[in-house]
Amino acid sequence: LSLSQVENTGKAAASDVLLAFPPTEAEHLAEVKAQAASGKKRKKTYAHLIVEPTDVPDAPNGAKGFRLALHNPLSPGETTTIEVLYMLTHSMEPFPAEISQSDPQLVYYRDSAYILSPYRIKQQTTFIKTPSTNVQSFSRVEPTNRAGMELKYGPYEDLPAYSYSPVLVHFENNNPFAVVEELVREVEISHWGNLQITEHYTLAHGGAKLKGVFSRVDYQSRPSASGVSSFKNLLARLPPRVHSVYYRDEIGNISSSRLRTDSRKSELEIEPRYPLFGGWKSTFIIGYGLPLEDFLFESTDGKRYLNFTFGCPLSGTVVDKLTLKVVLPEGSKDPSAVIPFPVEEHMETKYSYLDVVGRPVLVLEKKNVVPEHNIPFQVYYTFNPIFMLAEPLMLVSTVFFLFASCVAYLHIDISIRKG
Amino acid sequence: MASPESAVNGPTMTAGAASKSLRNAFGGVIAFIILVLIGVLAFSIRLFSVIKYESVIHEFDPYFNYRVTQFLSKNGIYDFWNWFDDRTWYPLGRVIGGTVYPGLTLTAGTIWKVVNSLNIPLSVETVCVFTAPIFSAFASWAAYLLTKEVKGPGAGLTAAALLAMVPSYISRSVAGSYDNEAVAIFALVFTFYLYIKTLNTGSLFYATLNALAYFYMVCSWGGYTFIINLIPMHVLLCIVTGRYSSRLYIAYAPLVVLGTLLASLVPVVGFNAVLTSEHFASFLVFIIIHVVALAYYIKGILSPKMFKVAVTLVVSAGLAVCCAVIAILIAVVASSPTKGWSGRSLTLLDPTYASKYIPIIASVSEHQPPTWPSYFMDINVLAFLVPAGIIACFMPLTDSSSFVILYIVTSVYFSGVMVRLMLVLAPAACILSGIALSEAFNVLTRSIKFQLPGIAGNPSIASEENGSSTVVAPNDIPKTEEAAKEKPAKKNRKKEKENVEKKPTPSKTEKRLLVLPLEASVIAVLLLVLLGAFYVVHCVWAAAEAYSAPSIVLTSHSNDGGLHVFDDFREAYSWLSHNTDVDDKVASWWDYGYQTTAMANRTVLVDNNTWNNTHIATVGTAMSSPEKQAWEIFHSLDVKYVLVVFGGVVGYPSDDINKFLWMVRIGGGVFPHIKEPDYLRDGQYRIDAQATPTMLNCLMYKLSYFRFVETDGKGFDRVRRTEIGKKHFKLTHFEEVFTTHHWMVRIYKLKPQRNRIRGKTKKSKSSRSVSSKRDVRGKRNPWH
Repeated sequence: LSLSQVENTGKAAASDVLLAFPPTEAEHLAEVKAQAASGKKRKKTYAHLIVEPTDVPDAPNGAKGFRLALHNPLSPGETTTIEVLYMLTHSMEPFPAEISQSDPQLVYYRDSAYILSPYRIKQQTTFIKTPSTNVQSFSRVEPTNRAGMELKYGPYEDLPAYSYSPVLVHFENNNPFAVVEELVREVEISHWGNLQITEHYTLAHGGAKLKGVFSRVDYQSRPSASGVSSFKNLLARLPPRVHSVYYRDEIGNISSSRLRTDSRKSELEIEPRYPLFGGWKSTFIIGYGLPLEDFLFESTDGKRYLNFTFGCPLSGTVVDKLTLKVVLPEGSKDPSAVIPFPVEEHMETKYSYLDVVGRPVLVLEKKNVVPEHNIPFQVYYTFNPIFMLAEPLMLVSTVFFLFASCVAYLHIDISIRKG
Repeated sequence: MASPESAVNGPTMTAGAASKSLRNAFGGVIAFIILVLIGVLAFSIRLFSVIKYESVIHEFDPYFNYRVTQFLSKNGIYDFWNWFDDRTWYPLGRVIGGTVYPGLTLTAGTIWKVVNSLNIPLSVETVCVFTAPIFSAFASWAAYLLTKEVKGPGAGLTAAALLAMVPSYISRSVAGSYDNEAVAIFALVFTFYLYIKTLNTGSLFYATLNALAYFYMVCSWGGYTFIINLIPMHVLLCIVTGRYSSRLYIAYAPLVVLGTLLASLVPVVGFNAVLTSEHFASFLVFIIIHVVALAYYIKGILSPKMFKVAVTLVVSAGLAVCCAVIAILIAVVASSPTKGWSGRSLTLLDPTYASKYIPIIASVSEHQPPTWPSYFMDINVLAFLVPAGIIACFMPLTDSSSFVILYIVTSVYFSGVMVRLMLVLAPAACILSGIALSEAFNVLTRSIKFQLPGIAGNPSIASEENGSSTVVAPNDIPKTEEAAKEKPAKKNRKKEKENVEKKPTPSKTEKRLLVLPLEASVIAVLLLVLLGAFYVVHCVWAAAEAYSAPSIVLTSHSNDGGLHVFDDFREAYSWLSHNTDVDDKVASWWDYGYQTTAMANRTVLVDNNTWNNTHIATVGTAMSSPEKQAWEIFHSLDVKYVLVVFGGVVGYPSDDINKFLWMVRIGGGVFPHIKEPDYLRDGQYRIDAQATPTMLNCLMYKLSYFRFVETDGKGFDRVRRTEIGKKHFKLTHFEEVFTTHHWMVRIYKLKPQRNRIRGKTKKSKSSRSVSSKRDVRGKRNPWH
């Protein structure tokens, strides 16, 4: 999903700064990042600021607030520059909601010409960039300018706090709206040297729904004119040294995939069973193995930790709900995750090959995951290597007892009649 | 693959002829190891489909079994018995629990449960895929046991090795071919083994086991009627040939009583176990064996004179009673329209029956009679070894060998009626060929062994050695028996006999021939090994090339050696399952019913369980009607999507257009307004410009060829190798919603009914019809 990126430069005077988002946006908010800029142009240096959600007591209409903690408190009259980057998912709405195979896809984008802010704004300008020059219509909040692929709202002066002026932009957007509605990734650690990853995808095309007919003739003979907003392949970026890759769904292998590997990365190009048009869905499973030594390390305090990438390996998609399960080996204790953004965490137990007590599973859940979340995280746990031998020993002893009982059976006379 | 086979085959054959001392010392261990290897061979030769394609369920019926197994593993056994499936035969539904042979699904479900309770997380699909190979290993072990009971362990091992890789059985039991036959062949052979074992030992323990094995067979396959007719036939044969014994009684009577009781516990059989004619023979023989047993008993207590009196008395009284009983029975049986036989059984007894009365049975390709090449393809060299095996069984004829002979004779007949029953022939052929090979090797290796010390001695009999090895084998059975008995005196005896044999006339020489000349034996052994090697090569080829394709995925090799995969079926089913409403009904020809319910999870009108002829005929009628009538039929059945299979773009021959005449026939069988001649031009089925208008306007034609002409501009059908007759047309009541990548599956949606404006439709319709009538009249109208 292409994301609208709105950059905002504000000026304020306090030890921390509040940001506000309307409730509709807050629901689809994937990521908020802020950095304080200092210095002149071209010599700017940035310092990351910590963003955390807070309640804004006097916010109208349930607007949600975020607090930025400044490194140096601002004394009154001083100014500083803060850049805030936030990402929204599902911010565009296809209109018309249903199109036929040959139509281009048009979408609405709704926003406010003024940024929602708990502070009085001295001056503000909003730029909206569209992916194509075909803009059907846009609301006017004077002064408004349109030049090519850019819309400029403002500059506006002296806006009161929480001022809001809705704008609506209607433009053509044929980017495939590949939405992973649900992704369950399972990372299974085996101390015998393998890291097995299984990913269950529920993929949908989130754009304008296909109306009526899907004609294979048109799709095959006129690929440029027909089904421009559909997509038929996706790219998954996997770690290097990947092996035993499979791509299937619940009814068997999907033969249309291609794997390219080099020393730095692996790219898996996959095609769903059929091209996805607006509103169509598909499910599939990708699985692969990785060498354990690339991802599992021992920390200084004797704990082991897994260093793995969060997020979705498919490029150009958003994930509505991501569940990441880290299956630790049987017998490991005290798992804890270190993740640079908030996620929900809980524990499960999984029984796999010949397990007796089960493997602890650390489940991490996050909604609205965008490619910016593909950053490493760590899971720490303690593990006694003696547990590695449990299952082989179990098998060996079973076979031993089998033979022992055979020997016993052959040598013991259990018939009732004696003599 | 080559190395394990040779490893198995070599010792198998040599073991049969291994020297006595070796056999005594290590025989058991070697036989055990060989059996394990045979099991491994039987399992691994069936994995070509997984290696070449993927671990997936094959074809049509296995998908249904897979779905039932999924249901069983999810909901448990009680829900399974009570399962009313509303996703098929809409709107009738189907009681799965009561209409399915549950043996296979229960077996796989049990395996799945056991494996998962050990925390080995195998999916249901994996278990289903590998059930057939596992059970074929069991089947070859059962064949070992059976043949061992008949002719000793050497023959047993040979038969097991042959059965492990007989192509006919491989075709039904490759990994993924999850069908009833997969477990049923094991059950069949094992039941026969237990019957022979009981017959040989007279043990009631084995008789009980036999009934249980029979129960398992009844659970797994409708072919159990073969057992319940073959065993009575054999019993009758034994009685008639004066071979009655108490062992025979113990082998038979408990089987009938217990077996029938157990069989009626299976819901799909139920009271059929006593009501239908298929089981009638067993009861008749049951009565006869009791009469015979009584006669023998009385004979035992009475003096010969008294016995004669008793016989005359009983026979005269008994005949009268028998006549009365038989008359009643005949009356009862004759009163039912099919004489108490099910359609499939009648097809077996009268091969022309199905084509006359039941087109559905006749339309299935595996119900056609086989061609000669298919015998060679499916049992290969066994076809030549079987006669030798029959002769070997005749010398000496025992109870058990007469059973094997009866088995082969009946199964040869059945396989001649239906291709599918070649599967029943395969174990019999393997057993007899095993006997033949083993006997032949016995003779040949023995003669080599005895002559090795004195090679120079006897070239005199070299004249008649040229007969093929199969002929050699039976000739020498008496000798081997003798040789086995009179081991210590063998050397002397041999010399004597050689002397004897030199003197008399040639005809006598042949008969008393005990030891073959060395050169002949060596050559014959080599030839037999060559024959075995040829068999192995053929079997591996058949397993790898001919029988491993899962039929839902097709592959073709492009000119540059690349592999092109046609995965259109799953593409379509996957589309259906993700992009249509869960409760939508999909109409297609019945072949695709099981797959649609299993893979797409959508409700279908008809499926491969062809229990309701009328319903299938309705779909056939709709497919052969013009668009509007078809729309009305489908609409009345609540159908939302229509699925057709079309091979014209890529040249896939078993598509709906090629099956279409069956739709017409089956539809016309119930709805007489569909007439087959309307679709044929001069008795020929064609879709080109010469085709009849009825053909060119029927729904199947239109759905298959809609916008087909736009692919190449001419509309050239690669299956029929012709240009289609009607190229440009529009659909008014259906719209294309999905066509797969190679056009093999096309899915259409029924257009919704047009909005009706109150009063207007009727008027416009009537006015239109009136006006059209007026037009017609108008031409004759003098005022115009």
